[in-house]
Amino acid sequence: MRRPRWIAASVMPLAVALAVAGCGSSDTGSGSSSGSSTGDEGDTNAAISIFGTEPENPLVPSNTTETGGGKILDAMFTGLTILDGTTNESKNAVAKSIDTTDSKTFKVTLNEGWKFHDGTEVKAKNFVDAWNFAAYSPNAQQSASFFEQVEGYKDVHTEDPDGTDGPQTAPEPTAKTMSGLKVDGDYAFTITLYDPFSVFPLKLSYSSFYPLPDSFFTDQKAFEANPVGNGPFKFVSRTPNTDVKLTRFDDYKGSDKAHVKDVTIKIYDSSEAGYQAVVSGDLDFIDTIPPSSLAGDKWKSDLPERGASTEYLGHQHLAFPLYDPQYKNADLRRAISMAINRQEIIDKIFAGTKVVADGWTNPKVPGYTKGQCKEACTYNPEKAKEALAKSGFTGKIELTTNADGGHKEWMEATCNSIKNAIGLECSYAPIPTFAETRQKINAKQMTQIYRSGWVADYPSIENFLSPLLRTGGSSNDGEYSNPAFDAKLTEADKAPSVDEANKLYQEAERLLEADMPTIPLWFQTAQYGWSERLDKVKLTAFRELDLSQVIVKK
Amino acid sequence: MGRYILRRLLQLIPVLIGTTFLIYFLVWSLPGDPFAGKCGDRPCPDAYINAMREKFNLNDSIFVQYGKYMLNVLQGNFGETFNGIQVGERIALAFPVTLKLAVVALVVEALIGLTAGILTGLRGRGFLDNLVLVSTLFLISLPTFVTGFVLQILLGLEWGIIKPTVQSGAPWSQLIVPGFVLGSLSMAYVTRLTRTAIAENKRADYVRTATAKGLTQRRIVGVHLLRNSAIPVITFLGTDLGALMGGAIITEGIFDIKGIGNLVYRAVLSKEGVMATGVITLLVLVYLLMNLIVDLLYAVLDPRIRYD
Repeated sequence: MRRPRWIAASVMPLAVALAVAGCGSSDTGSGSSSGSSTGDEGDTNAAISIFGTEPENPLVPSNTTETGGGKILDAMFTGLTILDGTTNESKNAVAKSIDTTDSKTFKVTLNEGWKFHDGTEVKAKNFVDAWNFAAYSPNAQQSASFFEQVEGYKDVHTEDPDGTDGPQTAPEPTAKTMSGLKVDGDYAFTITLYDPFSVFPLKLSYSSFYPLPDSFFTDQKAFEANPVGNGPFKFVSRTPNTDVKLTRFDDYKGSDKAHVKDVTIKIYDSSEAGYQAVVSGDLDFIDTIPPSSLAGDKWKSDLPERGASTEYLGHQHLAFPLYDPQYKNADLRRAISMAINRQEIIDKIFAGTKVVADGWTNPKVPGYTKGQCKEACTYNPEKAKEALAKSGFTGKIELTTNADGGHKEWMEATCNSIKNAIGLECSYAPIPTFAETRQKINAKQMTQIYRSGWVADYPSIENFLSPLLRTGGSSNDGEYSNPAFDAKLTEADKAPSVDEANKLYQEAERLLEADMPTIPLWFQTAQYGWSERLDKVKLTAFRELDLSQVIVKK
Repeated sequence: MGRYILRRLLQLIPVLIGTTFLIYFLVWSLPGDPFAGKCGDRPCPDAYINAMREKFNLNDSIFVQYGKYMLNVLQGNFGETFNGIQVGERIALAFPVTLKLAVVALVVEALIGLTAGILTGLRGRGFLDNLVLVSTLFLISLPTFVTGFVLQILLGLEWGIIKPTVQSGAPWSQLIVPGFVLGSLSMAYVTRLTRTAIAENKRADYVRTATAKGLTQRRIVGVHLLRNSAIPVITFLGTDLGALMGGAIITEGIFDIKGIGNLVYRAVLSKEGVMATGVITLLVLVYLLMNLIVDLLYAVLDPRIRYD
């Protein structure tokens, strides 16, 4: 499927260097070569089109947790902090400073002069009002739980006493605003948390923490039809299921200004269709190369030197419903883990594009250390057999996940690996849809070992540990509970600085290998491709095109 | 005639009520909570799920839900999708696109199918007849998605003649190949139907009479033979328009055409009953109206058929 007439476009040496570096298994090379101020800005009046999917919710930041709407909002809004495209370190954006002495009270000072797209200024109350709106339970925002550490959250957000299926309804909240948020003037506010939480500032780049303009609170419907942000791009128009048009906001004050002028997010029904559009030059960028084109490295010949692969903040695990007594034995869990030949599965099923996981956090976040899960995450049939014998487990196991996500091949390969290594009878029993799978998991009705794919919300190793594995964590679906681990996390939360917190989080992570509450399989990678017009193309750790760097060749 | 049409139109009402309820019920009875998977691998807050269920009446019994839905529809309100967009707006955007695609497909199958059918029917056995028979057999045995992908890859990617995906707004020129793919199967049927009808009627008494009267060949075929052979073909073409519109899911998917096939598919997957019901009701309407038109055409083609 080689199309020779396109090769002519790759004469630009920079493009070649970039793409060659990017084509390897890691993108460390391409990141450093595409710094922001190296002269060439390309055509600053250019328009580009990028792949998108239809947003699942109205375009309100606190109600958007999926990528289709997320990538639009991320281009349109800038929070207190933004992430460095290369290192994923958090740096100040709207915030001038975020100060704390005890990791419990944070004094936030804003930069003056930032404006919303409707011309009004970004003030402290825009943040505080937006956060209170998100947390207030009658507003029914998806990402309300991101504010659970803020003092007063429990007064504004009430839980349904008998779950969503029961007859009772949640009581009316006693307050409308969180007592932990205090406006100290136009450009300053204070955040007080229930308990010290050292990595709290790292959360602030996430979309639920974006500010909202005053107009949102007077007419929400009008805002949804015509969203107003404060980010590098402003909203132009939207045609449902067709496209969303954005244009550069020239009054933007942030450091992540864009070089291109217009961005059209074109909605595609499948990544296959989007991919074909990129190959034929109708679309400039796609963040997901479909599996059919990854097979046999077809994409590398379809998009010669116009594709790259990078790791992102996600991982694939096998999780146990620990509320089911048959999985209580840690030796069984270790045996299964050591019976999985991860590298072979990656090579055979994913053409080598994933990275074997050696722990529960992720190499792309600051604070990651290597080899947190050494022995138990390494393929070793002998030791696996020993562990299985020690556990005394007899019978068979089943792996499951949603059938609509393309997981069949690797799930079956994993099963076969377990079967061949330790002779444990294993079969793959999928559940038809993702929604049904989530329903079963949420209701704690799982009886099989299931896939757990987590993508971080903010770049901290804490985000891979607390929500997933802490007792009562918001996404601790398997109900894992380990007092020593919890105690270490609490200690880390109280640490005075992020660096010290990270050391303690790492210690907590090391406690997990003995227990194997989940089995780390691999770190996720994303493959992306672009048209011959683009240059300096980079994918962020959240699988979005880095709009601040991309340029259109002159 | 007028009374007949009126009676047929009145019959539409119970059929529509029946189908909408059936569709609504089927989507409603799909397993799974539509909001359980909305927040990725994190459970959604109770408040969110409760509010969404409340908004879309999912806590009511199916009959109450359906009643509320129909009350809104009668007032011209087709409801809202989960992401807050009017169903009416979505359909208004997608319906013309699918209609265009179906019309292209219909024109392709009528033009090519009728021509090939008439030629082979008139000539009888021979090379052309065998060629058409073999090629239609080939088309009938190919699933649409094979034809679709082959043409997309060959014409779109290998030779660069067409755009592999149709752009927004779906210009007519970009719909020719998708239309051909969509209509290819029916085209084969039309060819065979026409061929059989013509071959049969060629030996009919009235044709012999017409020939004996000394009419020109052109008039015999054009007026007498074609008109009498057209009834089965028209029946097929008429009902096929509905089938083409509803059956375009695969073709729309391959060429990324923003039509209603995809809308229904997505709606069923995400359990958006309001959306699925709205679109399918429209399809049912198209079917019924096309059937009515076909029935009326019978009377035009064959004066012996009268409605009263």
